[in-house]
Amino acid sequence: MSVRELVKRCEALFDDLELGAVKQWKAAQPGRKAIGYLPIYVPREIVHAAGMLPVGIFGGGDQLEVIQGDAYYQSYICRIPRSTLELGLTGRLDCLDGMLFPSICDVIRNLSGMWQIMFKDKYVKYFDLPQNYDDSTGGTFYIHEMSALRSDLEKLSNKKITDEDLRNSIAVYNDNRRAVRELYAYRAQKPWQAPTSEMYLVLRAGCVLPPEEHTALIRKYLVSCEEQQRPQRDNARVVLTGSFCEQPPLGLIKSIEIAGCYVVDDDFQLCQSMLLEEVPTTGDPLEALSKAFLHRSAQTSSKYDEKKEDKGKHLLRQVKTRGAEGVIFAAASFCDPALLERPMLLEILAKHKIPYTAFKYAENTGQMAPIREQTGTFADSIKLWSAA
Amino acid sequence: MSPAPAKKEVVKDDSMWLQKELINRNYHEVATAHETGRKISATFVPGNLNELLMCFDFARRLPETDALQNGMRKKSGKMIMDAEREGHSEDVCTYVKTDLGMMLAGEKGPTGEPMPHPDVLLLSYTGCFTFMKWFELVRQKYDCETVMLHVPYQGDGKINPAMRDYVVKQLKDKVIPTLEKVSGVKFDIDRLRGYMKESAKAEEDLVRVLQSAKQRPSPIDGYFGAVYYIGPIFTAFRGVPEATKYYSVLREEVEARVREGKGPVTPEGDHPGEKYRLVVEGPPNWTNFREFWKMFYDEGAVVVASTYAKVGGVYDFGFRHDPDHPLESLADYCLGCYTNLNFPQRIDMICKYMDEYQADGLLINSIKSCNSFSAGQLLILREVEKRTGKPAAFIESDLVDPRYFSAANIKNRLESYFQMIKQKRAANEVLHRH
Ligand code: SF4
Ligand code: SF4
Repeated sequence: MSVRELVKRCEALFDDLELGAVKQWKAAQPGRKAIGYLPIYVPREIVHAAGMLPVGIFGGGDQLEVIQGDAYYQSYICRIPRSTLELGLTGRLDCLDGMLFPSICDVIRNLSGMWQIMFKDKYVKYFDLPQNYDDSTGGTFYIHEMSALRSDLEKLSNKKITDEDLRNSIAVYNDNRRAVRELYAYRAQKPWQAPTSEMYLVLRAGCVLPPEEHTALIRKYLVSCEEQQRPQRDNARVVLTGSFCEQPPLGLIKSIEIAGCYVVDDDFQLCQSMLLEEVPTTGDPLEALSKAFLHRSAQTSSKYDEKKEDKGKHLLRQVKTRGAEGVIFAAASFCDPALLERPMLLEILAKHKIPYTAFKYAENTGQMAPIREQTGTFADSIKLWSAA
Repeated sequence: MSPAPAKKEVVKDDSMWLQKELINRNYHEVATAHETGRKISATFVPGNLNELLMCFDFARRLPETDALQNGMRKKSGKMIMDAEREGHSEDVCTYVKTDLGMMLAGEKGPTGEPMPHPDVLLLSYTGCFTFMKWFELVRQKYDCETVMLHVPYQGDGKINPAMRDYVVKQLKDKVIPTLEKVSGVKFDIDRLRGYMKESAKAEEDLVRVLQSAKQRPSPIDGYFGAVYYIGPIFTAFRGVPEATKYYSVLREEVEARVREGKGPVTPEGDHPGEKYRLVVEGPPNWTNFREFWKMFYDEGAVVVASTYAKVGGVYDFGFRHDPDHPLESLADYCLGCYTNLNFPQRIDMICKYMDEYQADGLLINSIKSCNSFSAGQLLILREVEKRTGKPAAFIESDLVDPRYFSAANIKNRLESYFQMIKQKRAANEVLHRH
């Protein structure tokens, strides 16, 4: 498959708000179930081990007309909960047998309860991630939370989830994470060969495809990227951060690139790259998942930084290891976690003399000109700076 | 939680003077803490561990209360704009920006006395995600020792033992050792029990006061009046003997009003007469608090119950601090705060209030700043209307940002809401006659 064909397939999956791929997967074998999860992080291994398909729900993007969802939210609340509700109320999420709402922010938290009321026949779980990182405290709590999910899914699927099942699923996702890491490394090395607007679609395919298939797709993409040489431009290398929940429209990502930036790292699909290292496939699987989250996971606004000195470390590491020249802080409007984090991160960047620019967007932002202008100016200033 | 002391000409009961004294004394204690060798703690209202902090002799700050006090004194507008100029987003909670703006403006507290930096930030992470960012911001700026107490959310509408154990373990392993280290005072669990005994007494009296609103006419306003009543117990005074005394005096005052068949006290004297009984969801606006309240009593509306009066502890469904199980009880207190309840629980609670307090309707004051309260309130409105058959209305304002208080809009909305209740009542009467 050529890069073009492959990206086209991913784009079709991305555009399909009816979740056709999920329906197909379910139809292939009677009794199959799918569980939706909201952004940032849930241990998908547990869903997979139950024989179910974890499905990432990232709002409705810029193609969905939100009518009913708007009736539930004031103007000063971000857009993702309303478009997610719209998807639910218009039957587009009917193929999901349950939904997981991780502890990201008060909006998603409250949405979990709204879902309980509005979709009474579905399984709904608010999934609390620990903010205490001691194994015996936060770890114990987190293992309990994962065990509760495990037994809920056992009931739902009528199938016991053994430790062996979990270890197998951990191995499957380890492989997926490895492929995601390879993809990130490749793009950082040759951003002209794997533009972010493409890579993003490849990652988003992971929201609806089984992990094994997604891993293979990433690897195929990496191979086909190398087959065709594309022109290298004199773009500024930037890390994009703050877009971990409501996603910018694809057009915005393209605009950033057109304006002269190569995105060499980002936090769009954190769930796929949250765990930074291999999770052991021996020993107690839930303990292994717990330790991986507590001690070897990415920093993000919804996670507490235990020490002042920790703030921004992950971002600085991204800048350094990817050889970035600047940071774009792009957050969804009214996104409390991102926007409250912003001044802290920007201060740290300033201290390290790393150029940055910041803007807000909504998943349905249509006007790209101001963003193109702002990132264009930013890219120019970086180039001027590095030339000086 | 407690609003600014009222101006001289305003009508006041003994309990109000007692409260004013408590608040002013606390600000003075904070202002002079370092001179007198005391350390200062800061923590949040929902899930505040006041009894525990007292065990370490801290002078106690509550940044939310400082922000609301600044709001009532009309100082918050400038503080918010100063913080925004410093790079804080216009989209985020204005309590945070008022706090940061206050520090920027020379570190003077709401009463004009100095407001020194806290020595420890007790991040009671209960019912609001903003809390975590707020204290991370303060820590980044002032380098304060910070200790996190993660309180899990009641996603399933209940507290399971794992949640309680998690909180208790954090108290034992992290919170108490940190407070010992910062204060230099050794933890004494019997001291904690002593304070909790005081708390439980005050809680009992508070519940009696709040539930007096089931009477007709209600002797209190369960929202505008209640923000005064909850002041001491939701802040630095729960567990302090003077606060216990305050609640027993308050209870006597309220019971006397019941005997005399009197309605609530308003800043302009006795309430003009109860025409509408409301339940209110959401925090009040502080910058125009009096004006806002007047819009209600001028029309004869009394708030008989509010969810906001439960934000620092839901006592009316039976919870009391329990000196026999001190740490477990602190955990249950944190886990049970109103904003830590899930949506079905919040809706049940409101419906229960509508029924038990014989309310005519529900009013939601939706606060721009506060996703914890506001996200999803329109579903609350629909569900409560559906379940109770009573009319609900929705207004929008902000806590401390004067730019988001539109008096004319709110007044209009309220007037038509009261009309609606009247019509509904008339229609019901006709129905019953036939
Ligand atoms: S965009 Fe931000 S505020 Fe909105 S749901 Fe996501 S994390 Fe929460
Ligand atoms: S978001 Fe709401 S609960 Fe949280 S600090 Fe602001 S006003 Fe308080």
